[in-house]
Amino acid sequence: MESKPKGKLAGFFHFPQGDGLSTDEFIKGLWRENPVLVQVLGMCPTLAVTNSAINAMAMGLATLFVLVMSNILVSSLRNVIPKQVRIATYILIIATFVTVADYVIQAISLDVHKALGAFIPLIVVNCIILGRAEAFASKNGVWASFMDGLGMGVGFTYALLLLGFIREILGSGSLFGISLFADSFQDWVIMILPSGGFFALAGWLLLFNGLKLRKKQAQPEQTREEVLI
Amino acid sequence: MFKKTLHIGTSPHIIGGSSTDQIMRNVVFALLPVAAFAVYTFGLSALLLLITALASCLLTEYFLNRWIDKSSPLSDWSVTITGLLYGLTLPPHLPLWMVFVGGVIAVALGKFIFGGLGYNVFNPALVGRAFIQAAFPVAITTWMAPFLPDRFSHIPGSTLTLPFLKPVYDITSGATPLSLMKFEHHTTDTYNLLMGMTSGSTGETSALLILLGGLYLIARKMMNWRIPVALLGTVYLISTVLHWSNPDIYPGGLFMLFSGGLMLGAVFMATDMVASPITPLGATVYGIIIGIMIYVIRVWGGLPEGVMYAILFGNAVSPHIDNFIRPRVYGTGKQWSKS
Amino acid sequence: MTVDTIQPEKKEVGSFKMFQAMVGIGIICALAIVVTYQTTLPVITKNKAEALEKAIYKVLPGAQTRKNFQWDGQKFSEADPSDHSLKDVIYTGLDANGAMVGIAIEARGQGFQDAIQVLYGFDPEKQAIIGFYVLDSRETPGLGDKIVSDAAFQENFKALTARLDESGKKLEHDIQTVKHGTKSKPWEIDAITGATISSKAVGNILNHSAQYWAPIIKAHIDELRTH
Repeated sequence: MESKPKGKLAGFFHFPQGDGLSTDEFIKGLWRENPVLVQVLGMCPTLAVTNSAINAMAMGLATLFVLVMSNILVSSLRNVIPKQVRIATYILIIATFVTVADYVIQAISLDVHKALGAFIPLIVVNCIILGRAEAFASKNGVWASFMDGLGMGVGFTYALLLLGFIREILGSGSLFGISLFADSFQDWVIMILPSGGFFALAGWLLLFNGLKLRKKQAQPEQTREEVLI
Repeated sequence: MFKKTLHIGTSPHIIGGSSTDQIMRNVVFALLPVAAFAVYTFGLSALLLLITALASCLLTEYFLNRWIDKSSPLSDWSVTITGLLYGLTLPPHLPLWMVFVGGVIAVALGKFIFGGLGYNVFNPALVGRAFIQAAFPVAITTWMAPFLPDRFSHIPGSTLTLPFLKPVYDITSGATPLSLMKFEHHTTDTYNLLMGMTSGSTGETSALLILLGGLYLIARKMMNWRIPVALLGTVYLISTVLHWSNPDIYPGGLFMLFSGGLMLGAVFMATDMVASPITPLGATVYGIIIGIMIYVIRVWGGLPEGVMYAILFGNAVSPHIDNFIRPRVYGTGKQWSKS
Repeated sequence: MTVDTIQPEKKEVGSFKMFQAMVGIGIICALAIVVTYQTTLPVITKNKAEALEKAIYKVLPGAQTRKNFQWDGQKFSEADPSDHSLKDVIYTGLDANGAMVGIAIEARGQGFQDAIQVLYGFDPEKQAIIGFYVLDSRETPGLGDKIVSDAAFQENFKALTARLDESGKKLEHDIQTVKHGTKSKPWEIDAITGATISSKAVGNILNHSAQYWAPIIKAHIDELRTH
């Protein structure tokens, strides 16, 4: 529990005593509350720009950056922002970091910027980011919010990479632009088209839900066996 | 001890003679001449392709049903139709591994995901073909010439391509009448189209045999005749009128009718019992919609052939057609109002 | 739960407070953006110039440097090479001695999927297109996107005639795309098998653009040379 807010910046330098809590904030984004594979949020960039691993990675990292930075800023300003204008303020903060990310990507690689196209500005409306600002950062300390943003961002990035791997390997026979097979490999064109995004996502969701179901079923079965014995 | 059970059932107690199984079996019979002629036209490659298409669909159906513990995995003939139809829509020398992939997709994504026979929104065979069209656009638009002299002794290299590899073509290629029309403004003779002397997909060459199969099914009352009649009539009407207005641009009605996959699609695919409307008026409207779509895609669209997409589109709107023209039960609500 | 545990509603925040918070955060955000913009601008400008120059030197073999010219409807005037917002800009490529090798022109038009954006090199002496490069396209991978890479297709643009007729107002022969293997005239483009629509789109884009620019360049060639 947080101590009583003493001033406007209360909780800014508030580190939880045990690190367990913030580690949990990090872990939950990776698996239990993974934004793409469990919450199925932010589908627009997930489906649109994962046609190659490099694009998926760039999009994932850009979102990670925006997510972490906006979480930190929203959390540290949470006692200053009046409730009535909070959404407008969050959008302002998120848009700022998206603009920053946009310039940085342009400076690093024009090709990646061209490939991601309109989807960088659209990070602003990625519901994961606004969702974390509203649901988590506005109610928790800076450290916890940082861990939360990091966890969600990493979870988003690796989910995008999973899609990017499948789509690039099948669709272009390469990974990160490096050709994997001989020239005679037949590309599955559908995988780099938008519809391929749906197929790849469906496949991963099937796998993850199957694993989760098995995990859930495994536990009652044990108890049932015990009862039988 | 009594082991007797008393069956209590609701009406109807008297049911018609034709079961699903019986109808499906007859559709297979109607398709067999088309398949046989396809093998005669394209030789060994078409035979291998049809066997692979059938095997992939049957195997997928069998394993998926085993997986969900259905007692009789291959209870009806419908998956046989899916396999045959799917095979007949493919170019004859398509690599067998691609045929297999599409067959798995057809049954798994086209039918099983929706809940099996009776629940599928789209015609499964066309779902499989649409996937192959999107995944391997080059392979599926490469056609072989018909009646090659060595078609019964030589298997085309592309047919036996190893999985995941690009096909290598070692036989004479042909152009379909529709692509000749679209890209070179060259119309093929109607007699050749009718008899199937042209290149194209495995089963879409002989319009005559397809029509005979359709007539057999209609005569046995196992097919809704309104769908093919409305569909073919629409295409014929639009193309005749436009051809009359400007013969240089718009091809004639008979050419449009007998070329490409229109016959096969109109007779055997648009009539898929699950994915088409059930009311008589609905079936007519459905046929007209598909006919218009086919014409639009063929003449103004980017692709030479549009039957597959048109029918899938028709499948998608067919529940809405039925819903819209649903007859009003006397005394309930106003006409056209939602219940 | 008792009534006591329900928190009383927060006091209404005055509009001045809201204004204060918004402006404060707005200033922080503006600062962050300005700082990033200033730091990344030189790199971005350099990247963009390099990408364009690479394309220009590709379509104008032998060019070493380039100059930008803007067409204002009356005459050409030299433009700032780093300004990417200008419209109707063409590029002249100069060789090591400063002589003009050719003119690079951007053009765009509808392809099979989406607009295709190309850059082509035009030689005003030969009155021919001497180089071709696809800047941006979304054509079907494996089919239409062969317009980018197909070597035989690129061969079309080594010397594609775009000669003006006697009036000097339009091309003597339209640039046309013909079926693969049937190219017989120097103003015809040999299409890619299986990618007829994309090949035709390229032909149309080039024809449309050359019909527009070739007469202008011919009439104002001195303005492009003297600078």
